[in-house]
Amino acid sequence: MPNAIKLSGVSKRYSHFALDQIELNLPEGEVMGLVGVNGAGKTTLLRILVGLIYPDAGDVEVLGYSMPKQQAAAKMEIGFASEDMRLYSSMSLRWHLDFVQSIYPGWDESYAQHLLQRFDLKAEQKLLGFSHGQRVKAMLLLILARRPRLLLLDEPTTGLDPVARAEVLEALADVLRDERRSVLFSSHNTHDIEQLCDSISFLHQGRLLATESKDGFLDRWRRILCQGQWPSGAAKLPEIASVRQSGSTLELKAREYSEALLEKLKRLGLQISRVETMSLEDIFIASVRTGVTQ
Amino acid sequence: MSQQLLLSHHSGTPMYQQIIEQVTAKVMAGDWLPGAMLPSIRELASDSQVSVITVKRAYLELERAGVIVTQQGRGSFVAESQELTKSMLRAQLQQQLDALVVTSKLLGLSARAVQTLISQAWPD
Repeated sequence: MPNAIKLSGVSKRYSHFALDQIELNLPEGEVMGLVGVNGAGKTTLLRILVGLIYPDAGDVEVLGYSMPKQQAAAKMEIGFASEDMRLYSSMSLRWHLDFVQSIYPGWDESYAQHLLQRFDLKAEQKLLGFSHGQRVKAMLLLILARRPRLLLLDEPTTGLDPVARAEVLEALADVLRDERRSVLFSSHNTHDIEQLCDSISFLHQGRLLATESKDGFLDRWRRILCQGQWPSGAAKLPEIASVRQSGSTLELKAREYSEALLEKLKRLGLQISRVETMSLEDIFIASVRTGVTQ
Repeated sequence: MSQQLLLSHHSGTPMYQQIIEQVTAKVMAGDWLPGAMLPSIRELASDSQVSVITVKRAYLELERAGVIVTQQGRGSFVAESQELTKSMLRAQLQQQLDALVVTSKLLGLSARAVQTLISQAWPD
């Protein structure tokens, strides 16, 4: 399967922040969530992908186009949205629809009409009177109605009320029908992305901590509650990401769970009382705290 | 046939498990007849707003359990024989019975007492 996105050795250095040696592939037809705290480098990475920032080093390929060299051709097939994009406040949404339609031949007017209804937006209204949620939905509508092959969305659900958020996720779910369309969207919130994502990448301080299928993360990580004392002199188990002791109760977070690990723990004199799956949010936090690498 | 599954993102049950349970229930109830075509993985993902990988996993396990049959390039269908589905459900029931026995023993209930509880819980 061809890759919609292929990054190798991509670095970008600023005085207070650096994106460091990013290796990332997104196969065509997949949806990937990019999760990181504020300042992790999500926006920088997305801007490199769309050709708005030139990397200092490394190769960037998007939909088979080498970036930033072939960015003009690539941009015809990429839909990019970020919070700092502005629409013309004195113009109506209809004016914006016509403007985008005049540039992109792939514009699908009947889908645009469908999205207007779904997002509950009025085409004749000037943007000036739009709420934050309405502006976000208008921006997404302008992008989705072009039916781009790759969607790059920087925090599309941040700051939305629950109803608007559900409407946006519904619209993104339309994209899943087409096996040639791919999505990379970022969030600082795992809940926003886990619903639709096939794979997830954790970004922290400019480094990619892990990229894996959603089920891969959920299958490998476990929270293990035990009775007993964590032997202070014990050799470090590489499978264990974190250890917390409270009296005789011990909480372990395992990044590589297996039956064999439980046997090892029993040999350390621990009594296993519970083994639980972890939420993606817990896994993300544990990954950031321990700085695990792939 | 009604293709829609009713899934919840806030239920404690993993999404792929919900898909497996609901497809099995539809097949056993006869909503989906033997040989009927299931929605494609991408259709179901898009309609139910879950990731493609989640539906893929559910279909794979449903196939393994013998509830559905997947033909390369044609799609997935309800299996002609539901003997395997029934044996999967019987295995599930056995697990639930085992758990019932453990809890009953903790409470010091006799088999007879548990039988009475079951008859009381049984809807007429």
